[in-house]
Amino acid sequence: MILSASGLTKSFYRKTANSNRFTAVDDVSIELKDGVLTVLMGRSGSGKTTLMNMLSGLLQPSSGSVELDGKDIYSLGDKELSRLRNRSFGMIPQGQTAVSSLDIFENIMLPFFLYKDSTPQDEEYARELMKRLDIAHLEAAKPAELSGGELRRMAIARAVVRKPMVIFADEPTGDLDDENTSVVFEFLKESAHQGAAVMVVTHENDAKSYADTLLEMKSGKIV
Amino acid sequence: MKSIAVKNIKGRPARSVILVVISMLLTFAIFGGTMVISSLDSGLSALENRLGADIMVVPFEATTQKKFDDIVLQNAPGYFYMDNARVQQVLEREGIAQASEQFFLASASASCCSVAVQIIGYDPETDFTITPWIKKSYSDSLGELDVVVGNDLNAFVGDTISFYGVDCKVAAKLDKTGTGFDTAVFTTKDTIKRLIQSSVDLGMNIFGKVDPENTVSCIMINAAAGFTPEEVVNDINLHVKNVKAIQSKELISGVSDSLGGVSGIIRVLICAVWILGVVILLLAFTMSVNERRKEFAVLRVAGAARSRLAGIVLGEALMICIIGSILGVLLGFAVILPFNGVIEQALGLPFLLPGAGRCAGYALASLLLCTLSGTLAAAVSALRISRIDTGVILRGDN
Repeated sequence: MILSASGLTKSFYRKTANSNRFTAVDDVSIELKDGVLTVLMGRSGSGKTTLMNMLSGLLQPSSGSVELDGKDIYSLGDKELSRLRNRSFGMIPQGQTAVSSLDIFENIMLPFFLYKDSTPQDEEYARELMKRLDIAHLEAAKPAELSGGELRRMAIARAVVRKPMVIFADEPTGDLDDENTSVVFEFLKESAHQGAAVMVVTHENDAKSYADTLLEMKSGKIV
Repeated sequence: MKSIAVKNIKGRPARSVILVVISMLLTFAIFGGTMVISSLDSGLSALENRLGADIMVVPFEATTQKKFDDIVLQNAPGYFYMDNARVQQVLEREGIAQASEQFFLASASASCCSVAVQIIGYDPETDFTITPWIKKSYSDSLGELDVVVGNDLNAFVGDTISFYGVDCKVAAKLDKTGTGFDTAVFTTKDTIKRLIQSSVDLGMNIFGKVDPENTVSCIMINAAAGFTPEEVVNDINLHVKNVKAIQSKELISGVSDSLGGVSGIIRVLICAVWILGVVILLLAFTMSVNERRKEFAVLRVAGAARSRLAGIVLGEALMICIIGSILGVLLGFAVILPFNGVIEQALGLPFLLPGAGRCAGYALASLLLCTLSGTLAAAVSALRISRIDTGVILRGDN
């Protein structure tokens, strides 16, 4: 499985002294292969998150294409693309991303909950993930009762519970201590070794040691 | 696992309760207002039906009484008489198809009388206004000293009530009319003449020594074919001295105007409350969705289609509005059914609650209207959330 993008460009309206357009990502081509953990580094505002959002089907590019096994994902309608994202992509967004009215187990099972297609095996796998991420005791807790590190581990479990082909992680350790940072990177590395294509966007140097492929972005381009 | 919409409602009890209360008040205002308007309309209708004649002829001096309208329309206690000579002159005029005499007497708040009410006597031989209505509750003829009581009086079939020392038997109790007839007592002309005589004998008749055999309070008339009520009224007023002929529609025009005014105010209030309620719900749903934008973005990341996000918002709104509307209708019933007498007194107008079928119809219509309004108010938020830029929200909130 290969997720490949070619000529990806994203421009936004932004009034500056010289023009009304701001190009966040400029003609980027990239491939994510299964079994490989790709770390994309760069300073804030370099276009990393915008690129990742386009790759994960959340942000329509201004130009260029994103293909999953040769199929342009932006040629799909919203329902099909959403279903693809649900089945094939797992994403760990920035910050705290729990749904406050659901308990922790329900948050982790959210991808199944949306399509009402979980099996007892899926629930068993979710509980196994919770054990591995050391949040099994929080199954019935509400997000407001958890610490930042616990919520991040919950988001990771949610991203991988469907065993997706591609995992995207946006600054997954941004607000975590060293111990939690290590847990998160180890888990993502393990997911890659189990066959997923993993892309981590970060500006933390610690991430370099976990990378199979290391990329850097600057002013909207991969350098 | 329950739906996300249900989880969201349960997960934010304070927000949900506030939205349910707003929806409940909106429904209550619309349902309650509609019930009041309908009751006033029914009351006017009942009043028109009870008058039952085109024309009423009364002694001229009666029209100068302050309480004249209340006596003839609301059956407020009060009475007036004219002699038979005047009656004969009226009955000799052209254009009269039906005519029947009525006799009024107010019982006193004294030991001689069980209750202070208006007593109305009619002639069973000629009556065409009261008999058809009484027959709905009592099909037999009234015997000597038999009376029929209005619905609001605390007397029941078989009871004995006393007027000016004369014991009368309650033969029937009438259905509710929402008018002053509910507090009146009806009897035949023979019985009322006996009561009038008794009031004179006790020295309690305000006219002193009146002769019951030579007195009538009013004549109810229906115009003959080929004559308009207006023509008959003009003819009587022109040719018979010391009487006043009045068209029934003129009699109730004051009540009708008051009722139109009150109904108009209530209609305006209903519209205002509806608009205000919808605007509040619109703002409340917008705020509720805005504060959860990141959660909706997370649902999108997890694979929810845009239509699913809209469905969650609409589902929440629908459930909240249905619960609120049902409570609003129940509140409406809880306020209007037990307190309709108080409302009637406060408005001072005929007030007759609609039948069970119409009440159910208004309840269902109010429920549907408020549920639809609330859901449409949420549709704006649903549309907005279905267009969210997930990437911008996830990044912007950090």
